[in-house]
Amino acid sequence: MSLVVEVRQRLGGFTLDAAFTAESGVTALFGRSGSGKTSLVRIVAGLARPDEGHVRLQGERLVDTKAGLFVPAHRRRFGYVFQEARLFPHLSVKQNLDYGRWFAPKGARAEQSGRIIDLLGIGGLLARAPANLSGGEKQRVAIGRALLSAPRLLLMDEPLAALDEERKGEILPYLERLRDEVGIPILYVSHSVAEVARIADRVVLMNAGRVETIGAASQVLAGPGLHSAAERREAGSVLSGRVEARGEAHGLAHVRLAGGALLLVPASGLSVGESVRLRIPARDVMLALTRPEGISALNVIEGIVDKVERDGEGMASVGISCHGDLVHARITAFSVERLGLRPGLPLHVIVKTVALE
Amino acid sequence: MDWLALSDEEWTAIRLSLRVSSVATIASLPAGIAVALALARGRFWGKSILNGVVHLPLVLPPVVTGFILLLLFGRRGPVGAFLADWFGIVLSFRWTGAALACAVMGFPLMVRSIRLSIEAVDRKLEEAAGTLGASPLWVFATVTLPLILPGVIAGMILSFAKAMGEFGATITFVSNIPGETQTLSAAIYTFTQVPGGDLGALRLTLVAIVISMVALLASEIVAQRIGRKVHFE
Repeated sequence: MSLVVEVRQRLGGFTLDAAFTAESGVTALFGRSGSGKTSLVRIVAGLARPDEGHVRLQGERLVDTKAGLFVPAHRRRFGYVFQEARLFPHLSVKQNLDYGRWFAPKGARAEQSGRIIDLLGIGGLLARAPANLSGGEKQRVAIGRALLSAPRLLLMDEPLAALDEERKGEILPYLERLRDEVGIPILYVSHSVAEVARIADRVVLMNAGRVETIGAASQVLAGPGLHSAAERREAGSVLSGRVEARGEAHGLAHVRLAGGALLLVPASGLSVGESVRLRIPARDVMLALTRPEGISALNVIEGIVDKVERDGEGMASVGISCHGDLVHARITAFSVERLGLRPGLPLHVIVKTVALE
Repeated sequence: MDWLALSDEEWTAIRLSLRVSSVATIASLPAGIAVALALARGRFWGKSILNGVVHLPLVLPPVVTGFILLLLFGRRGPVGAFLADWFGIVLSFRWTGAALACAVMGFPLMVRSIRLSIEAVDRKLEEAAGTLGASPLWVFATVTLPLILPGVIAGMILSFAKAMGEFGATITFVSNIPGETQTLSAAIYTFTQVPGGDLGALRLTLVAIVISMVALLASEIVAQRIGRKVHFE
């Protein structure tokens, strides 16, 4: 599956001019508020018309302004999860879930409605009215409703933005399961580094209506491409690994990274053999030239400096290759000078277990 | 209590009034919803003019409205002649004409109520329905219509009430023929014009009060039922 988007649209003084392609898996449209993410995803959904450009899904033309072609939203079969749940207040949860199924073509109807309901943990809510649900429950029902319409592509426009931290934490695991178990490509709009790091495979970084960078999540989120100071503060490395062992006594798990390094992480919710994604916030990484002694941090990994990038505001982003896995550290330019960091220098990377989610 | 017993003529007037009002309300409903939709959502040239025309019966003296109807829908009027020649429908001096007059008089009230409820509908819900595969027509039937139902019912009640009380336009357009166009109001008026008719007028007045009360209570109950389902967010 491949989604090809290349559109231009003027919205008052703002110009959206973006092109990207999305493959299977989760592609995140990432950028700060007002960067045009939502306008772009609305065009993909067919809720807005671009002034110029085209949108294609697996070769099927959905929008082509040159040919005057525009397939309306209801014929695209794209699931859309909005920022607010937008459940129909006059229907029960079950009727809301069934709504999309009524209009899905017979052959394409999602057979595993039971599985999706289980996956989202909404089986106990079916008889309730949307008004009697919590924010997190509403959003889960909205996700289920979109999935049950048997979409070819799932668009999620900041589905967690309207929720508080606790509710976000409640839904994120469901989204991860969705990504791993439902084979539908997902376009995920977000301005949160943490969310994108957990969910996305690829990231399309947007700024002021334009696409700045496209790349693997681990690359884009590493830092230098990020724009605002707030985003840079949130920058970090995304590494994947496999859970090797769980130590029940201390509530810790051993995760072996792809490159072979071993990390100790909090074990909650992990099971042995599971593949996991770790986000190491760059500001939580310390660097030492010699192996530190008598230190509380549990993870000390050997690595070699890959590159050093100063941001001109007294901070620097240092990329360290640890047996092939790239870990980013955000330290002051002063420290870079003091330690004499330069590409090729061997050192020790220190990460507190507590900083790992 | 003999004086309470209604004569055949009076029964006829009551039945006629109920029939005229029901037909007027139900027949004008589709047009009412369509016009309300156009006024609430449409962007077209002449929207203000349409709005003005719809509200005209509210501000014009009813006699004037009745006279205009007579000019347009009378036997020799442009619309009346067309309907009579092509469809064999004659409105002037028939109960159907009374229904038309009542529908026209109640129309602004119906449109106003429905329009307000359409404007209150969250269009984001309609957008969501669209992304779930519902065509615009289905979106209207499954989302918009259920959400505006309280407004539609309120509009119908207003139109029905207006029709029950309508006098001026009706009597001007279709006159006051017992058994054909003599509605409750016209019958009461007739009673007050003849010596010794006070008792009859009083009887019909009581009937009018009972009908109005029942209609109001019924609408209250229906609105509450639906309101509980629709307006909790």
